[in-house]
Amino acid sequence: MSTTSNAPKKNGIVEWIDYRLPIFTFMNHELREYPTPKNLNYWWNFGSLAGIVLVVMILSGIFLAMNYTAHVDYAFVSVERIMRDVNYGWLLRYIHMNGASMFFLVVYIHIFRGLYYGSYKPPREILWWLGLVILILMMATAFLGYVLPWGQMSFWGATVITNLFSAIPLVGEPIVTWLWGGFSVDNPTLNRFFSLHYLLPFVIVGVVMLHLVALHTHGSNNPLGIDTKKNPKDSIPFHPYYTVKDMFGLGVFLVIYAGFVFFAPNFFGEPVNYVPANPLQTPSEIVPEWYLLPFYAILRSVPDKLAGVIAMFGAIFILFLLPWLDSSKVRSATFRPIYKQLFWIFLADCLVLGWCGAQHPEGAPLLIGRLATAYYFLHFIVLLPLVSKFEKPRPLPESISTPVLKTEKA
Amino acid sequence: MSESAHASATHGHPGHGEGETRRDFLALAATAFAGAGAACALWPFIDSMNPAADTLALSTTDVDISPIAEGMRVTVKWRGRPVFIDHRTKKQIDEARAVNISELRDPAKDEDRAQKAEWLVMVGVCTHLGCIPLGQKQGDPTGDFGGWFCPCHGSHYDTSGRIRKGPAPLNLPVPPYKFLTDTSVSIG
Ligand code: HEM
Ligand code: FES
Repeated sequence: MSTTSNAPKKNGIVEWIDYRLPIFTFMNHELREYPTPKNLNYWWNFGSLAGIVLVVMILSGIFLAMNYTAHVDYAFVSVERIMRDVNYGWLLRYIHMNGASMFFLVVYIHIFRGLYYGSYKPPREILWWLGLVILILMMATAFLGYVLPWGQMSFWGATVITNLFSAIPLVGEPIVTWLWGGFSVDNPTLNRFFSLHYLLPFVIVGVVMLHLVALHTHGSNNPLGIDTKKNPKDSIPFHPYYTVKDMFGLGVFLVIYAGFVFFAPNFFGEPVNYVPANPLQTPSEIVPEWYLLPFYAILRSVPDKLAGVIAMFGAIFILFLLPWLDSSKVRSATFRPIYKQLFWIFLADCLVLGWCGAQHPEGAPLLIGRLATAYYFLHFIVLLPLVSKFEKPRPLPESISTPVLKTEKA
Repeated sequence: MSESAHASATHGHPGHGEGETRRDFLALAATAFAGAGAACALWPFIDSMNPAADTLALSTTDVDISPIAEGMRVTVKWRGRPVFIDHRTKKQIDEARAVNISELRDPAKDEDRAQKAEWLVMVGVCTHLGCIPLGQKQGDPTGDFGGWFCPCHGSHYDTSGRIRKGPAPLNLPVPPYKFLTDTSVSIG
């Protein structure tokens, strides 16, 4: 491991294979030599962390599936059996349960990193889109998975979310019946949800590959947001510099993750989901998992059913237009005095929405939720286009190496 | 597709326009045919997700309503979802019938919603996002209009099950039902 040269070691078997299937050349190119900006900060750790959590989710999920039964009469008890009787079943389940929360935490940080440093700007628009596709697939997967233990919140969450589609004019009802495979959320629904919950993570793996192809085509953005291709001194090989940094970050992350798994495994959960599903009784409060709360708040802020559903989906889809809504040539918020403030306000707005999503939608929380929803869209539709037109950015450094020489920090 | 056909056609007959259109046509026709075929082949897969024959077969429920006293509300299960049977009081019926229809979000006369005025039969699923409204049990909140209240996002229904306030767009639906005798209803 003490190699300083980045040439792969000569090895007969490796060469024999590589001549026929250049997998080693490929890996060497993308994971060792891959030129990376030398100034990446810790916010750049979250992409690889997301990838690792994805692997953890797939592994823990496959082993859970060996003991899970997708039938309305057995699903709840099979999960309880995993918790009580299956060797280390409790560990597998807590890893998977908390892993979902960790996955969203990591990916949300990853996305906000992109928002702050303008990683969605040319030439990374498709990279950004692929990231959003991953986010949508993740939400779908998490929703489907949450239904599987067949507790009260599983059942009623599934009912409310599938009913969103009934807002579609004309074809809404037939679509919902089709999604259910019956006239309510029932056994056919549970079966297909399990099938899809198993499938989607592998689709995510595929999109992550494309995400990485797009990333490696133009390379990583960096905290200064300037192009690093011009100056060869601005880049360093990925290995060992960033492999080490990523591994260090992983260690810190795992401490936090394990902290939840072992000491507060139900911290993110809802106690009602330990009550078996009852199709004839709605729990007094239906709340989604924390990572969906901001979107849920947007849904509930709009008094009209169809408009609420459109606003909720629109809140995600508007992110696809971000590269055009924000037309500023400067990527990094470091050099954009006004955008930088907007970024923090927007982040606060998302947190406020998340808080509202967990409250009863009446009185002050409802009002605050409405204002926060309005601001969410105002940010994208009005503020960003205007600011990117009229803001005067600070001068950009020529290369990563230059600002170090003539420092003038604000 | 048409572009590659074009390219090979120009190769085959330099300077000839005729072969080009013929090949373009064949290529287009073949593609359209294959596309339509693929779309048809997709249908069985999509339709397999619709309710199966046995699910459809479970679709009537008979209820004995003789034990339901006036003012009492009872929930039965039909097609996996709750059906509310409400033995309404005179006051509730009068309230439901006194409403000015044109002010309603989903205008419907109470007379059209109940085959017999004292018996209201409805699917007890909120038309917003599918929660079960409260009001069936003694002590449940019944909302601002004395009917039902959906706790999920705050929809209020009146004593005819019509939406009066909150995000739900429609009245609680009336399922197909008929009175087999004076004390027995068949739902579905
Ligand atoms: C399973 C989920 C995801 C995985 C495994 C993943 C993986 C990665 C990795 C390994 C990188 C390179 C390291 C880094 O820059 O942090 C990256 C970069 C990037 N990702 Fe993701 N990502 C995921 C989700 C997303 C999402 C949801 C978005 C945004 C909507 C997104 C947007 C980006 C962008 C814009 C970059 C380029 C960032 C830059 O170089 O500045 N990613 N991703
Ligand atoms: S489901 Fe009843 S108000 Fe939303």
